[in-house]
Amino acid sequence: MTDDFTIIPTPHTRRRHKSELRFQWYGKAAIIAALGFLVLMIGSIGYKGVGVIYQTKIELDIQLNADAFDPAQLRKADFSGLVKTALRARFPDVKNRRQKRRLYGLVSSDAGFELRKMVEGNPNLIGSTIKIQLTASDDIDTFIKGKIDKNLPESDRRVKDVEINWIEKLQADNSVVQVFNTAFFTSGDSREPELAGILSALVGSFFTLLVCFLLSFPIGVLAAIYLEEFAPKNRWSDLIEININNLAAVPSIVFGLLGLTIFLNTFGLPRSSPLVGGMVLALMTIPTIIIASRASLRAVPPSIREAALSIGATRVQTTFHHVAPLALPGMLTGSIVGMAQALGETAPLIMIGMVAFIVDVPASILEPATALPVQIFLWADSPERAFVERTSAAIIVLLGFLVVMNLGAILLRKKFEQRF
Amino acid sequence: MSKIVESLPNIPEVLPLDPAPQADPAVRVKPLITARNVNVFYGQKQALQNISLEVPANQVTALIGPSGCGKTTFLRCINRMNDLIDICRVEGSIEIGGQDIYHKDVDVVTLRAQVGMVFQKPNPFPKSIFENVAYGPRIHGLAASKAELQDIVEASLEKAGLLAEVHDRMNAPGTSLSGGQQQRLCIARTIAVEPKIILMDEPCSALDPIATARIEELIDELRENYTIIIVTHSMQQAARVSQRTAFFHMGELVEEGATEQIFTAPRDERTQSYITGRIG
Ligand SMILES: Nc1ncnc2c1ncn2[C@@H]1O[C@H](COP(=O)(O)OP(=O)(O)OP(=O)(O)O)[C@@H](O)[C@H]1O
Ligand SMILES: [Mg+2]
Repeated sequence: MTDDFTIIPTPHTRRRHKSELRFQWYGKAAIIAALGFLVLMIGSIGYKGVGVIYQTKIELDIQLNADAFDPAQLRKADFSGLVKTALRARFPDVKNRRQKRRLYGLVSSDAGFELRKMVEGNPNLIGSTIKIQLTASDDIDTFIKGKIDKNLPESDRRVKDVEINWIEKLQADNSVVQVFNTAFFTSGDSREPELAGILSALVGSFFTLLVCFLLSFPIGVLAAIYLEEFAPKNRWSDLIEININNLAAVPSIVFGLLGLTIFLNTFGLPRSSPLVGGMVLALMTIPTIIIASRASLRAVPPSIREAALSIGATRVQTTFHHVAPLALPGMLTGSIVGMAQALGETAPLIMIGMVAFIVDVPASILEPATALPVQIFLWADSPERAFVERTSAAIIVLLGFLVVMNLGAILLRKKFEQRF
Repeated sequence: MSKIVESLPNIPEVLPLDPAPQADPAVRVKPLITARNVNVFYGQKQALQNISLEVPANQVTALIGPSGCGKTTFLRCINRMNDLIDICRVEGSIEIGGQDIYHKDVDVVTLRAQVGMVFQKPNPFPKSIFENVAYGPRIHGLAASKAELQDIVEASLEKAGLLAEVHDRMNAPGTSLSGGQQQRLCIARTIAVEPKIILMDEPCSALDPIATARIEELIDELRENYTIIIVTHSMQQAARVSQRTAFFHMGELVEEGATEQIFTAPRDERTQSYITGRIG
């Protein structure tokens, strides 16, 4: 009898082990491939976008002659004229008009404004010669960051030999500096890449998602609770279920059209506003939330309901005291997934006019705004070389927003998780 | 509290007859629960056939029978728990205290507050031990103060024989208890709302002999104030705790009578075979 006992695997068992091993390898390969693509994508975006952290500034000595200012009306002074004078003084041998225009183009068109801010902040400076760091124009910035090839024929590059010559001179006496790019994080869109920032789109996205969440979460969750816990199961509920599933699959641009005709044209709500954007995104998020919430309600064991009902709880009490709290983590996860989708939506927002050129940071959900994906779309569409960098940086901000949202979801889930 | 009790059909609190443990089958007690021609279907499948059964008040009635014969199904008809199953259909009538509980005007919430149930599988709420027991009294407004609620919870746990084991961890989750402790917690939860009738579906199937003995003692004590129907697979238990026994077989009520009679002189052959261990 004891001879029968063997722990040496038979060929058949070996084959089974082999197939298991093979499967594990397939799985690992799939994960490695997925991770590889992810790293490639984030890496390339990061590589392109990371330059935005720094902005090139050109340091100039500017003479603030007292007679150029009217003390009562500082604003009226010709600040950009002063900048131009300073540039001419720096490079006195530049004579012809075209060359001069190039020279003035070294700094951003906003340089005069930067000077004004400085003088307004400290009027005592008037009468002296000051050192000021002025934002370099986008082409110069791109060149300094090494993204324009000097060896190309001159006609093929945006930065000409004279400009390179000037910059090299400026660099020689340390007048070209790289500073942290506050403008990108504190201002709205601009035609000039060196002045364009992400803040208005970020705030716009935040408001839009806020409206979207406040509308879609309660509506979606209540609809799911009603359908799952209260509605009789019959042909009608089947029909509703099918329609909700179909709704979840409707292309988002259709919701944008709906928002355009109903919210804007019929109700007359403010065009381009986060309110309308949030409402449109809520329309497409609600089905997702309903489906996820129903699934998590269904996962609550029926014995919990029976326990509550058997001691005389009403159905509403059973649902809100026992079932919904258990389903809440799942509902939140589903909602965050829906919100993440909404965050990335571009088409429906374009339909309702959130594609406008927004310079000011919106202060409320009623003001015109744009959203991160739309801003990315706009910048990606701009011809200036410096916008390439900003597009990638905006994508990084968008991804960061997503990561923060997902972290929030994980924390919430941890907080509400109860086992049954 | 008063509202709920008042709105219930007038279930007699004290019954006129026979508190003696082993009732003489010849003595007709006015029944508290009367089932007449009850048929239950799960979709097309019939689970109970023409059940007619009278359950006297303040006695323990045991339902016995092989697995799948419909004991749980019958039990769940008495507090209308079957309403929750979409495909389940109940025909016939069940009266409690002379009122048809399947009448369309009956409020199931009030009914269930009076007809408590302990399930076959322990199902504590995923909340603290205290919360598990306190929930019922709280929703029914049985306690005027926190202290009173505390008293109700402790008294219920004491009756269920669990207090000594949990008094120092009332805030631990109910699900952290052992299976047997969970079942006693569920019993405490049920008696905390002071139902008139307690339905127990194999309450001791997860318990050791000592805990079982304690539950049986409890059932015996509860009998004074409650009417109990208990499903059990243990013949000994049925014999020990019940005054009346009903034997179910394949969806039919084969035989019903005083426990002593069923176990000593069954009239039906199938009952005879079941209690002697030949079918089931
Ligand atoms: N929810 C349900 N859906 C469909 N059929 C069911 C359902 N519940 C019970 N049944 C069927 O009804 C019959 C009786 O089941 P029931 O649970 O009442 O048996 P039981 O006597 O309690 O058995 P056990 O002793 O194993 O608990 C069985 O054939 C079972 O398959
Ligand atoms: Mg059963």
